[in-house]
Amino acid sequence: MNNAVLWYATRGAGAVSLVLLSAVVVLGILSVLRVQTTGWPRFLTVGLHRNLALMTLVFLTLHIVTAVVDPFTHLGWLAAVVPFSSYYRTFWLGLGTIAFELLLAIVLTSLVRGFIGQAAWRLLHWLTYAAWPFAVLHGVGTGTDAWSAWLFTLQAFCVIAVLAAIGYRFMTGSRDPLADARSSFQGAVDRREPR
Amino acid sequence: MTKQFELTVDRIKCDGRGLCAEILPERIRLDSWGYPIVAPGPIPEHLMGLAARAVDDCPVLAIALRRAQVQKQRPK
Amino acid sequence: MSAPQLLAGPDPSRGSERRAEHVARLGPLPKGGHALIELLVHTGLTGRGGAGFPVGLKWRAVAAASHGSAVVIANGAEGEPHSRKDRLLMTSRPHLILDGAMLAAASVHAKQVVLYIGEEHHAAMRSMSGALTERTEHERRMVRIVAAPPRYVAGDSSATVHLVDAGIATPTTTPPSPRDRGVGGAATLVQNVETLAHVAVIARTGIATDTVLITVAGGVRTPGVFEVNVGTPLGDAVQLAGGASEPVRAVLVGGYFGQWVEPAEAWSLPLDPHALRARGLSLGCGVIGLVPASHCAVCEVAGIMRYLASESSAQCGPCFFGLRALADACTRIAERGTDPGDLQRLQRWSAEVQGRGACKHPDGVVMFLQSAMKTFGDDFAHHPAHIRRSA
Repeated sequence: MNNAVLWYATRGAGAVSLVLLSAVVVLGILSVLRVQTTGWPRFLTVGLHRNLALMTLVFLTLHIVTAVVDPFTHLGWLAAVVPFSSYYRTFWLGLGTIAFELLLAIVLTSLVRGFIGQAAWRLLHWLTYAAWPFAVLHGVGTGTDAWSAWLFTLQAFCVIAVLAAIGYRFMTGSRDPLADARSSFQGAVDRREPR
Repeated sequence: MTKQFELTVDRIKCDGRGLCAEILPERIRLDSWGYPIVAPGPIPEHLMGLAARAVDDCPVLAIALRRAQVQKQRPK
Repeated sequence: MSAPQLLAGPDPSRGSERRAEHVARLGPLPKGGHALIELLVHTGLTGRGGAGFPVGLKWRAVAAASHGSAVVIANGAEGEPHSRKDRLLMTSRPHLILDGAMLAAASVHAKQVVLYIGEEHHAAMRSMSGALTERTEHERRMVRIVAAPPRYVAGDSSATVHLVDAGIATPTTTPPSPRDRGVGGAATLVQNVETLAHVAVIARTGIATDTVLITVAGGVRTPGVFEVNVGTPLGDAVQLAGGASEPVRAVLVGGYFGQWVEPAEAWSLPLDPHALRARGLSLGCGVIGLVPASHCAVCEVAGIMRYLASESSAQCGPCFFGLRALADACTRIAERGTDPGDLQRLQRWSAEVQGRGACKHPDGVVMFLQSAMKTFGDDFAHHPAHIRRSA
């Protein structure tokens, strides 16, 4: 009985984590695109992005804890932090471990952005584009019922939403109205030695 | 005598995202091109929470709080 | 009538004065140091780059922040289009400038000296590098030449430091001021080459110099650079330039970041930084420009506004967009005639732009425009549409 509860908890928390993470990625992209309407201010996008990211970590923790504690999987705590160290579905689980650690790094650095500075923060934040696909692949590979209808639909929806957002982002130019003029002027006064 | 703070904008980092003006319209408004005009002078106590949020939410860390300077007031 | 001090000696048109002549004429290089800084404070020498900041105070601040590894930058970029004085000094009196730079280095405890020269100013480059070969080995090892890109803001102090430090001539956010943290994080003194030339003379005589270098340009018969006594009436300087070639509409005092003055008032203006400041004017970089009456004032102003707007480094939104909007409005008035909406917009946008850039570029432009609207108020208010009549 307990096993079943833990098993459902793990799968449920995992699914919720994926949905939340996908929403976080989409919101992050909407933030960069400076999306805004009269009813939806920009700080709402940023605020949701942050809060949902924290929620993602909460559900991820639940997902990991219930998975490790579940006697059926024989996972030790080590598997939660060292990628590819489990006997149980080694590869796919390892991807999940990596995704978790990347997300942890991203959230922690965001919390101390004021201390590490914008440049360092931004560099680390690009890791989002590694964390999300790892999370998706992990979900596809480890779930016993990965192909059950509801999970499949959920995953497909998340993937389509994120890919659409990414596609849109890279098709539209920078939303910074100064970007062209700034780089053009910089080019004119740049006297660094070409490498 | 509590410490007083004021808002400063790094004009080079600022790229007109406009979140600060949404969060603290009492002290910040946007000019004709979307860049923040900050009312000079110290922030009233009751607005400090929102001011801190405006600083925190700026996507490029262009706005900051600093100890209020007791000298000439220039429009920012 | 004027007793040249910087340009004393052989005719400047003869080219670069050699070291031997320079030393024979003026004596050896004196010692820099604390005593020189106090002397500069006492003489009240102000900078000749445009800002007019008291030199002694600046050196004191850099010396205090120095820790023994400060940097001196001799700013000869001369980005102001009509100014010629810095180039004239560099091509004819390079050793005066080098003396001033070495005195600065000794006084602020600097280990490096940079000569910042416009990359298109080849004669100045040749003269300064030639003069460098005549200096002592110790001096030659301290000094290097860095080429300045030919843009207006490339001569701004923070842009100068940025170029020397990181290879890009864009202004940076201050604080921290270059005085405290400049090239390589060290205290940096940026000083105009004319100012350094004055220092070289003051260090030898022990008293204030009493001349300024003026570039007279525009509607005069023989435009050029003239060294005049401080306090000389502007009209006399114009006479040195052969006098006005045609009746004058207005005089621009202090270059593009200066102020417009009616001729009647202009002729008696004393060419003295302090006296001008007391009248709400500024000597700036020493450019006196005469606009002939045959030229349309509004069109002149619009042309200068377009130039200044295009020289924004495009790092700050209010400067880039604001100056462009102001220039476009001036151009619309010039080409299509006065529109009350445009006049209002000029007022509103000027207020929005002022003080909202990282450097002083937008401020200088707004002050120039406000001065133009005051002096040429009627022209702006009743301008007919016509094709541009001046560049």
